[in-house]
Amino acid sequence: MAQATFEEISAADFFYRNRDIAGFTNPSRAIFAAVRELVENSLDAAESLKILPNIYVRLSYEGEASKETQIYKLRVEDNGIGIPPRHIPSAFGQVLFGSKYKLKQQRGTFGLGGKMAVLYGQITTHQPAYITSSTAAMSKIYMYKLMIDIQRNRPLILDRKVLINKEQWRGTIVEFCLEGDYLRAMPKLLDYFKQTAMVNPYANLTFVDPKGRLYKFTRITEEMPNPPTETKPHPYGVDVELLQRLIQITPHKNMLDFLKSHFLRVGEVTAQKFLESSNVSPSRNPKRLSHEEIVRLMHMLKRYKEFLPPDASCLSPLGEELLKAGMMKELKPEFVAVHQHKPATYAGHPFIVEVGIAYGGEIPKRGSFLVYRFANRIPLLYDEASDVTVRVITAMNWRRYKVSPDMPIAILTHICSTKVPYKTVGKEFIGDRPEVRREIANGLREVARQIQHFMSKREHVDRERKRLGVFSKYLPKIAQFSTKLAGKEKLPDIEKLLVSVKKYGAEETED
Amino acid sequence: MAQKKQKTSISERKKEVLASLEGFGTSIYDQLDLGHFPSTVMPSRSTENIHYDQQLRQFILGERKVRRSARNIRHLRPFTQLTWAALFSNELASQRKTSTLRDVYYSAQAYEMTFKDQQESNNIITDLETILGFSREDFNIFPEERSAIFGNLTIEYTVPGYEGRTMNLTSHPDGVMIGPALTSAEFVKTTADKVIAIEKGGLFTRFIEENVHNKYNALLVLTAGQAPRATRHFIRRLSSELNLPVYIFTDGDPWGMHIAMVIISGSANAAHLRELNTPDAKWSGVWATDIVNYKLPTDPLDEVDMKRLYELQKDPRYKEDPLWQREIKTFMKIRKKAEQEAFSRYGLTYIVDEYLPAKLEETK
Repeated sequence: MAQATFEEISAADFFYRNRDIAGFTNPSRAIFAAVRELVENSLDAAESLKILPNIYVRLSYEGEASKETQIYKLRVEDNGIGIPPRHIPSAFGQVLFGSKYKLKQQRGTFGLGGKMAVLYGQITTHQPAYITSSTAAMSKIYMYKLMIDIQRNRPLILDRKVLINKEQWRGTIVEFCLEGDYLRAMPKLLDYFKQTAMVNPYANLTFVDPKGRLYKFTRITEEMPNPPTETKPHPYGVDVELLQRLIQITPHKNMLDFLKSHFLRVGEVTAQKFLESSNVSPSRNPKRLSHEEIVRLMHMLKRYKEFLPPDASCLSPLGEELLKAGMMKELKPEFVAVHQHKPATYAGHPFIVEVGIAYGGEIPKRGSFLVYRFANRIPLLYDEASDVTVRVITAMNWRRYKVSPDMPIAILTHICSTKVPYKTVGKEFIGDRPEVRREIANGLREVARQIQHFMSKREHVDRERKRLGVFSKYLPKIAQFSTKLAGKEKLPDIEKLLVSVKKYGAEETED
Repeated sequence: MAQKKQKTSISERKKEVLASLEGFGTSIYDQLDLGHFPSTVMPSRSTENIHYDQQLRQFILGERKVRRSARNIRHLRPFTQLTWAALFSNELASQRKTSTLRDVYYSAQAYEMTFKDQQESNNIITDLETILGFSREDFNIFPEERSAIFGNLTIEYTVPGYEGRTMNLTSHPDGVMIGPALTSAEFVKTTADKVIAIEKGGLFTRFIEENVHNKYNALLVLTAGQAPRATRHFIRRLSSELNLPVYIFTDGDPWGMHIAMVIISGSANAAHLRELNTPDAKWSGVWATDIVNYKLPTDPLDEVDMKRLYELQKDPRYKEDPLWQREIKTFMKIRKKAEQEAFSRYGLTYIVDEYLPAKLEETK
């Protein structure tokens, strides 16, 4: 009889063994994922205090690792809020430790990103990571040299320095080595920066690649969206686990107060009505609920029709102005239309869809639309064909809007939510949920109407120009031929006729 | 012996043509000069506007007019092409140069006036004919020549380099091509008292060899199938200026019959033009009744032939003379056709010695 062995593994160990989940699938994806996670942390760190982000990323070549892969040193600097010194080791040396476990619109959600990158670096190069940070309040800068104890999921502090912060510097610098394949990663990485710049037009992004090439994305506006706020869960979005946690931490001793204070859009009246309809006594102590009762409560919460939908005040969409500015800046099109749709919800999670469409200018003609997808202001670069946006675009009748795929057109969708409905753990595409699909479709129809209007106007102007062109091509010839034919010397004056054509043309749309 | 009738018929007509072209140019120039969009009006050539005129015995255009205006963007290009075509014709006519429809198509390119295709430039020339009432041959634009004439007629050239030179049309045994130089020539004198038009080259040559022009005192014209417009106009001049009766010999089938008809009554395509038909000309054979009477070797009429007969039966031109309806019915009854060469079964000279005099007498 075989002996089964059971052992507990740490979170760090788990992700070490399953690094695919976090996007570190292969050497080129790993580079991309590491840069991306750190840049997004940096953006979040700046935005949470409404600081205009300045982010500097440098990737430098350190040596060969194997035939196809190299060792690179990655350095990411930001001017964000900084990390309090006592949290620095855990923030980068302990997987699943972080500030991101609240219900709030955020770029990452696993609390994995930065740590996973550091962990991956350590696994592939066996070198420590260097973290430097200072918060606005502090007069000192703290530098840590760290490794992760994978089995125990604990940071190992190898060195710690404290410097005087004379220049009042604020921000975080992360530097570590990792194995990767930059040449393969390059196209995606550059796409990533360009698209990040598109939806963060208020950020300065600088990237220096291993060949020393400098890519600079400069902010064009100092306007920033309001930072997202924390929110309570909506009754439709709860599960048993969440209920149990809330019951554990609640100071309230009866169901009425419990519901009122821990759930979104539940007030005195709503709570009473709900308890009445589900046959739960308002005075019942939530801590005394049995497991079966908690399961029942969850079902009742999901089934009750009278809860108001979650409000979207906690969300931080980009806004039409910024979206437009970002698209103008990175795509340099001839025309842009943007639209922010009113908030909607799916399964108790509020979300807002923003869409944009751009035409002409520097947008290339490819025979299909260029599609840019974003979720909580991060670009989604993989699995485009599976994304709900692409499905909606494919299903739309674009000809109605005088638009065809062979035109130089870029379409952008941005969905922001406290919980983005990703289809997979890889967080690369949005699932085809009917609520989301409907919002995207409505948004696209709105901008499609705007581009249709633009196209019609352009067509009209084109037709006018063509019309004038025809007159100014042929009238002089008629004058020339008839003068010769009539045996006259002087050409008749046709200027007046040409001028009159202009007026005539402006009134008549169709001849 | 007929003397030349209108000494100046050719030069008069040339003057008229030039004046008319210049007038067209002046009209456009004046409209432009007054600050108006130039326009021109012409009879519509659509089928609803083509009628058969019993008196003229040809198709004519009805009352309906169309206006071409430079104000209308869709007319602008054709209007410019039309003005150019008038200028080009004027240059041809005044410099006494000739040209073809193909030439017109290519010449336009020198003026940055391109035509989409040959058809477009042909249409513009037809427009010009319709507006001015002259045929393109008057503008010195000729089709490819293929028809010919032989017989005792002396002509006097008017083309540059040959002015005043005369020639007798018996001088070449193959006949003389009816081209620009001949159609613009004045008639000086003739001993002939009739014109015989023949559809096919083989028979035309046979007639010359058999001395038909002398035996029957005739001018022989080869139409080479459907007669070109220049040839039809030339036959009309032979008829009207020299006062000669015209007899037409074609194959004995609906198509041959129609070759004769177009010489006599013109075509719908040329409804905008006059003086291309010879109303008094006669179709002398080969008739359907000849096929029966002369027991000619035949071919059966096929479906296309039959269809053509039904069309012709309804054609107003075929209702003029009972002869036509009789022949159409006969064709339909016997469902047979015969070529002119079919007479060879009675010997090579039979057609000249027996058939021809009989038919000339019959259709006198």
